[in-house]
Amino acid sequence: MSEPTAAAPHHDYEKVLRDSAVEVASFDTGDKSVVQKFRNFLHSSPSAVSLIVLVTSLIIFGILLGGKFFNAFSLTLILQQVAITGIVGAAQTLVIMTAGIDLSVGAIMVLSSVVMGQMVFRYGVPVEIAIPCGFAVGALCGFINGFLIARMKLPPFIVTLGMWQIVLASNFLYSANETIRSQEIGATAPLLQFLGNNFRLGGAVFTYGVVAMVLLVALLWYVLNQTAWGRHLYAVGDDPDAAELSGVNVKRMLVSVYVLAGVICALAGWASIGRNGSVSPTVGQFANIESITAVVIGGISLFGGRGSILGMVFGALIVGVFSFGLRMLGTDVQWTYLLIGVLIILAVAVDQWIRKAAS
Amino acid sequence: MAIEPILTARGLVKRYGRVTALDHADFDLYPGEILAVIGDNGAGKSSLIKAISGAIRPDEGEIRMEGRPIQFASPNDARKAGIETVYQNLALSPALSIADNMFLGREIRAQGFMGKFLRKLDHGAMEKIAREKLSELGLMTIQNINQAVETLSGGQRQGVAVARAAAFGSRVIILDEPTAALGVKESRRVLELISDVRSRGIPIVLISHNMPHVFEVADRIHIHRLGKRLTVIDPKQYTMSDAVALMTGARSVEAEAVPA
Repeated sequence: MSEPTAAAPHHDYEKVLRDSAVEVASFDTGDKSVVQKFRNFLHSSPSAVSLIVLVTSLIIFGILLGGKFFNAFSLTLILQQVAITGIVGAAQTLVIMTAGIDLSVGAIMVLSSVVMGQMVFRYGVPVEIAIPCGFAVGALCGFINGFLIARMKLPPFIVTLGMWQIVLASNFLYSANETIRSQEIGATAPLLQFLGNNFRLGGAVFTYGVVAMVLLVALLWYVLNQTAWGRHLYAVGDDPDAAELSGVNVKRMLVSVYVLAGVICALAGWASIGRNGSVSPTVGQFANIESITAVVIGGISLFGGRGSILGMVFGALIVGVFSFGLRMLGTDVQWTYLLIGVLIILAVAVDQWIRKAAS
Repeated sequence: MAIEPILTARGLVKRYGRVTALDHADFDLYPGEILAVIGDNGAGKSSLIKAISGAIRPDEGEIRMEGRPIQFASPNDARKAGIETVYQNLALSPALSIADNMFLGREIRAQGFMGKFLRKLDHGAMEKIAREKLSELGLMTIQNINQAVETLSGGQRQGVAVARAAAFGSRVIILDEPTAALGVKESRRVLELISDVRSRGIPIVLISHNMPHVFEVADRIHIHRLGKRLTVIDPKQYTMSDAVALMTGARSVEAEAVPA
């Protein structure tokens, strides 16, 4: 073959490039209005909106209710009430970031808790083994979701809608619609109720379920931002084809996300035994809607690839603060639902408005 | 030519339903050369490139790298073999930063305990390398290596994709329409970069519709027509209009065309 020659003479029209301007393009930074700056800030920090709403709602209820709202006991009570939503919301966050949705989270949570209970009370399995069995069931349900979505290419909405019914029905069939009472659990397998136990720091009361939620979110925040798996999760949600061509194994990624979501739901199931004391196949009917609400109010895009898990926690807390505050004000509970509905729509509207900042 | 080709393909077939994108296509790439691949729209250039870069698996045919048969199950396999591709659609994730995109799928982990057991990424090192590669390219002016790719212009995105390939391609670099989205000045930089890479001894496959660019840098020109290799020509012996005539079927191949 011919030896490498210097690039052939440049084309005539390119000769004038020699005299072209050399200074680099600069971004205009000074002459932006306050609104634009604010919008750019919100665009670069996706959980800021929900944090602002959370702080504002805390201040408003604080002014309206005074000391009976603004004390360590009440505020930590809100935390206890959102712990399970927060845990399920963490699972939902991972799935939604891949541009999917998981409607079966609540059902998987209940089935896992029922399996943990039945293992001990029907089969006499030691509780230390029964709990991992519950986690395994959660992982299996997640794997079925992930397999159908990633390998069979079925839409996540349809797969998890079906799994919601399947898992919930299995739960009722398997448990024979039987509740395991709190006293029995307390006597034979108190470890099942562990996440409901609490400890005090001054006036503040924390359950281990709250601690579990905080640790889980911290762990997932680390994983999403500091590990390759987390970067790949964003890439898959953003543009799966581009991620695939860049060398991300998209199918394996999706399966791992749904399995992890199933495991996290099982953790929520364990925490729900602690919160309710008993194991009941009828709890958690609204966990999927509550988790999606937390994710949406938390500013995580339903189209995938954008958002922060901290936003989900803020979203869950906003719902918690609204329900608790309005109840203390003595309003009809329907006002809570109405306001949360307004918040969901506002959250998406604000998200769209912020998006325009990029263009 | 006595030199062994680094990459060869024989009889590649790829069908999409009733459409045959590749119809027993052949391909040869020699060490250190710039091979341009030209062809009309729909001639199967992209399918050919995807087959040798692992993005699709051909239904039939064989690909050999340095004489050994290879089968790529995914683009990652091709990348591990040292074949780096810049796709026409660039394959960048818009919401991720420039550094994240450059290292997507081959992130650098931190040293010691944090990296080994907690799988923490070394963001500092990746940003440093990304910045070096981009300034080597001189293709763009980026203020912040952590800005999201969606905030970049088309030319800047192209620059990121080319820089990624140039940084990691060790055996073969494939560029699919690298100058299509670029201005005059940026195109010139990419062409200079192509010559630079060639001078490092790495062969390049260049797919382009831009005849002046093709004739300027290519050592040989592979003309693709109707799903197969029509012929390979030497740009010094043919004119641009000959090439266009061949690839559009306005003229048939002469017996004395340079063999592969």
